[in-house]
Amino acid sequence: MANETPLSRRALMRLGILFNGFVAAALAVPIGRYLLSSITRGSANGYLAWVPLGPVSGFPEGETRLATFRNPVVMPTDGKTVDTACWVRHIEGDRFQVFAINCAHLGCPVRWFPQSGLFMCPCHGGAYYRDGSRASGPPERGLFEYPCKIENGLVAIQAGELPTPGPSAALCGKEPPCA
Amino acid sequence: MRLISQIGAWFDERLQIAASVRDAAEHPVPRRAASWWYVFGSAALVVFLLQLVTGILLALVYVPSAGEAWSSLQALNHDVALGWFIRALHGWGSNFMIAIVLIHMVQVFLFGAYKFPRELTWIVGVFLLLMTLGMAFSGQVLRFDQDAYWGLGIGASISSRIPIIGPAAVKLLLGGPIIAGATLSRFFALHVFVIPGTLIGLVCLHLLMVMKLGINEWPMPGRLVKRATYFDEYHALTKKEGEPFVPYAIWKDLFFAAAILLAVGACAAFFGPFGPTGQPDPTIIQTAPRPDYFFLWLYALLSLLPPSLETPALLIGPVVVIAGLILLPFLSGEGEKSWKRRPIAVLTVLLVAITLGTFTRLAQFAPWSPKMNAWSGTSVPARFLHRTTALERQGALVFQVKQCRNCHSLGDSGGQRGPALDAVAARLTQDQLIRQVIQGGGNMPAYGNNISPAETTALVAFLETLHPVGQRPAGNAALSQQ
Repeated sequence: MANETPLSRRALMRLGILFNGFVAAALAVPIGRYLLSSITRGSANGYLAWVPLGPVSGFPEGETRLATFRNPVVMPTDGKTVDTACWVRHIEGDRFQVFAINCAHLGCPVRWFPQSGLFMCPCHGGAYYRDGSRASGPPERGLFEYPCKIENGLVAIQAGELPTPGPSAALCGKEPPCA
Repeated sequence: MRLISQIGAWFDERLQIAASVRDAAEHPVPRRAASWWYVFGSAALVVFLLQLVTGILLALVYVPSAGEAWSSLQALNHDVALGWFIRALHGWGSNFMIAIVLIHMVQVFLFGAYKFPRELTWIVGVFLLLMTLGMAFSGQVLRFDQDAYWGLGIGASISSRIPIIGPAAVKLLLGGPIIAGATLSRFFALHVFVIPGTLIGLVCLHLLMVMKLGINEWPMPGRLVKRATYFDEYHALTKKEGEPFVPYAIWKDLFFAAAILLAVGACAAFFGPFGPTGQPDPTIIQTAPRPDYFFLWLYALLSLLPPSLETPALLIGPVVVIAGLILLPFLSGEGEKSWKRRPIAVLTVLLVAITLGTFTRLAQFAPWSPKMNAWSGTSVPARFLHRTTALERQGALVFQVKQCRNCHSLGDSGGQRGPALDAVAARLTQDQLIRQVIQGGGNMPAYGNNISPAETTALVAFLETLHPVGQRPAGNAALSQQ
């Protein structure tokens, strides 16, 4: 009897730990899903949508102009952060290129200089040609390009995610100018 | 008086804490270790307490919402009585805290205090440093202005480069697909709950170990640390020449802590709060984001690394550094403590300090960034146009209009991304100038598609005038011999 009691107490303790572990695991599932919700939604392409930038006539042929659009996903506390800028290059006719404002190096906002036909980044000095290809500086690639199309006379792009240079760059990376 | 001691006794009967407090206060410290060199740890703690207090005060007004944060900071600066001063205290306190933590770390390293049996104290200290840096970065985000917004973009761009999980890491960091309300909210949670909570826990652990193991004795050249004998030697030392921590050593900590608090207050009153800079509106692209002071070295590093090395350096570098710091007490846990017999340690500190200092200094000028307004805002100095032909002056116009000036300086004004062109004609021949303009190369974009032949002719004619007085422009040696 003296030998049995501590053993059974120990077994009870183990059972108690097991019980707690089970409850913790059961609670970890919803907590984990809550924490990772920003990822799980994105992986189903839930963030991307077609956004109009304005009528074709607003973008003169042969020029590159700044356009702004509202991110397709908006939360009530976002303030101005959901308004995003992009560079629209009207090549000719229905051919457009729409570049992300973010430098392909570390995401700073690039500026277009029509006189020299270059995009320049104020942070680490990346430069790009008018077609978005890399000209010089630390970026390893050209500017990010949004898929774009003309619909009912409006230039529209598929947007919704911050373009970043990592593996995600493939998502909104090089696509031929839309025809 | 009797009443006070009675009340004290009443509490202690229930708390049972007086004895351990007395033990901690009177724990013996080696006499020479009660030195002015040993005050940085306690100073870091005091500044941390200041950050806790001022942080709570700021939270009374600050609104962690992407739509409201910036205007609540403006209200703190301008509408709330002395709100600017509390913001300044918190901002300067942050700078002081990082500086003191770094000095404390260097002191501990040079005094060999990380060696047996204080390895774990050092490792906890490494995590305290990481937490402090995490507080600095997340605090910069809470100052939700243009620098914070684009700084987050940089953080996202770096995270995206992690193999395989890059895109997921970005969304986890931002709390969504873009930098927006959810991003600020999660950095608020990190800055106000997660990191400070961890910090408080680790600080307690750190202090507990300092109390239990005793303050590191003054390192004497030749007195080697051995695992087998250290405890006996330390106890013999404190027995022979030990003094109670209170009051023998603590008065120096008290004076230094007060002096540091005074310095933080003086900086806050004199220099005022940091920012906020412009509104966090991503459609305002006329901005040149800069990180806060203690991340400037990183900004320089990211500009100067060759592109191919950047991703490995960003992803592997921090792992190597942190692993090195954690492994340090295991690699040299015994032996010499004195810096006088550890030249490699001293040189390492000097090398790291000089490297970080140089990068920080460079980043204050940011010679790698084009001066975005130089082409329209900085004129060609008149002396470069004396006695020039119409074609050459036309070339000077082309030089400005084509934004060459954004990257090239003339007369010490303009961008420093490319070389200064004050004497370019002494380096490059006419043919080389034309080739360089049209084809680019050596980190210069090619202008062939954006410059007409007439413009090229004028530009090169102007560039050919840029050579020191009395020195002939570069010529083709082969041609001149003919």
